[in-house]
Amino acid sequence: MLAFIIYKLIICVAVFGLSLAVAAYSTLWERKLSALLQDRVGPDRAGPFGLLQPLADGGKMFFKEEIIPNVSNKFLFILGPSLVMLTALMTGAVIPWAKDAYVGGKLYSMQITDINIGILYLFGVVSVGVYGIMIGGWASNNKYALLGSMRASSQMISYEIAMGIAVIALIITSGGTLSLREIVEQQDAGFANIVWQPLGFIIFFVCALAETNRAPFDLPECEAELVGGYHTEYSSMKLGLFLFAEYINMFISSAVMAAFYFGGYNFPFAQELYDAMGLADGSKWIAIIGFGAYFTKIFLFISVFMWIRWTLPRFRYDQLMNLGWRILLPLSLLNLAITVVVEFFRGHITF
Amino acid sequence: MLLGYTITQWLFGILSFLSIMFGLMVVFSRNPVNSVLYLVLTFFCIAGHYLLLNAQFLAVVHIVVYAGAIMVLFLFVIMLMDLNHDNEPQKTWISKIIAGIAGGMLLCVLVGSLKGSEQLGISQYGSSQIGMVKNLGKVLFSEFLFPFEIASILLLAALVGSIMIGKKEIK
Repeated sequence: MLAFIIYKLIICVAVFGLSLAVAAYSTLWERKLSALLQDRVGPDRAGPFGLLQPLADGGKMFFKEEIIPNVSNKFLFILGPSLVMLTALMTGAVIPWAKDAYVGGKLYSMQITDINIGILYLFGVVSVGVYGIMIGGWASNNKYALLGSMRASSQMISYEIAMGIAVIALIITSGGTLSLREIVEQQDAGFANIVWQPLGFIIFFVCALAETNRAPFDLPECEAELVGGYHTEYSSMKLGLFLFAEYINMFISSAVMAAFYFGGYNFPFAQELYDAMGLADGSKWIAIIGFGAYFTKIFLFISVFMWIRWTLPRFRYDQLMNLGWRILLPLSLLNLAITVVVEFFRGHITF
Repeated sequence: MLLGYTITQWLFGILSFLSIMFGLMVVFSRNPVNSVLYLVLTFFCIAGHYLLLNAQFLAVVHIVVYAGAIMVLFLFVIMLMDLNHDNEPQKTWISKIIAGIAGGMLLCVLVGSLKGSEQLGISQYGSSQIGMVKNLGKVLFSEFLFPFEIASILLLAALVGSIMIGKKEIK
């Protein structure tokens, strides 16, 4: 029992550290990539190639003066960013990072928990994440912050619907399982789900952009209209938490997309490679190689997120709502109908 | 075992205490936004009860639908309304007393009916795995298909109704 608790503790801390590290270096990569796209150099002062820049930024955030507006509700003001960070970190719990591996003669799962409602858990946590932004925006007692938080919540609720229906189609393709591990594993034998769900992937990707409040859907913080949106009144590390949570969300949604549609830690001809290397099932090296493959996919997705941010201008608010309700929602329903027909002919659905 | 109770019993006790406490806080807090937030916490406690009953699907859907969507809309409306103490309508003493008596009588009726009702028999689907998504789906789409579809028609009617009210002018 104790060994089990220690193992779970280790893997929790590992996922926690991984999320934070990836989010920290995403900030650097974002600035480097934007520099690349705009023909600049980007941050290069702190350490070689600017590699210490995230630490410098974090330190700066901690040492900045912290201001809490005295008209605001102090408890809720602090609760807002904490909740955003909490829910961002909670989503990593159900993601399968690699194949099970034997360490010291015992089989260990490279996932915090494999619950059989993994996808629903993700949706639950994401939908609770809205509260952080809403509470923060309201407790600031500032009109811009309130407007920003209203935009954020209505945007997230609207896009969750299309996203949910796209995921239902995915669940049908994966043979009716809600466990992320099973979804990844059934892509091991056949094609990745993207082959069967191209439209579903596009819908999911657009919705993920909107859910993480990334450009071109960053209307909640739209600095041209709303000063800073929901974090107008925030300073110091509380602002840092809001900004940082966005990068964690981006990391997790990239991981989810890679797991749902691109086979997670699987890659083409993986089994052939393992056979050629003489690795047996459950070997440490399979887990490590799979983890590397998974991370390559995640890195590509994060880069695409950033590429989009530095390429496309921001939507207008009515365009955003039109896209969500009039285009993505009918498209996702169409995708669901097509999926059912296709799966019927593939023999996955029987009556 | 801890002090003679199992962990499940402890969890049940703590969750029950919290859900009742948050439920009371919904009523007693002065600020409507705080009320809504306490209601969200109450929902979380109820979701915890579902988990104790091994109904994972119900628990998560409860959070997604109630805490994640409906309460966000509540919060949305309350945050946008200007709820100051100055323009809040003041109730007279008589209306307060009447409201108290009416509420008390409703409580009497509820307690009486609960006391008089027979204890519900254990359902035939009493297997501990009924809360799993697959089992629940099977029962919903075979045994209870008709009530399930009726409920969806009810929701559709509500949807159409709200769109009718929301439209400024009907062409």
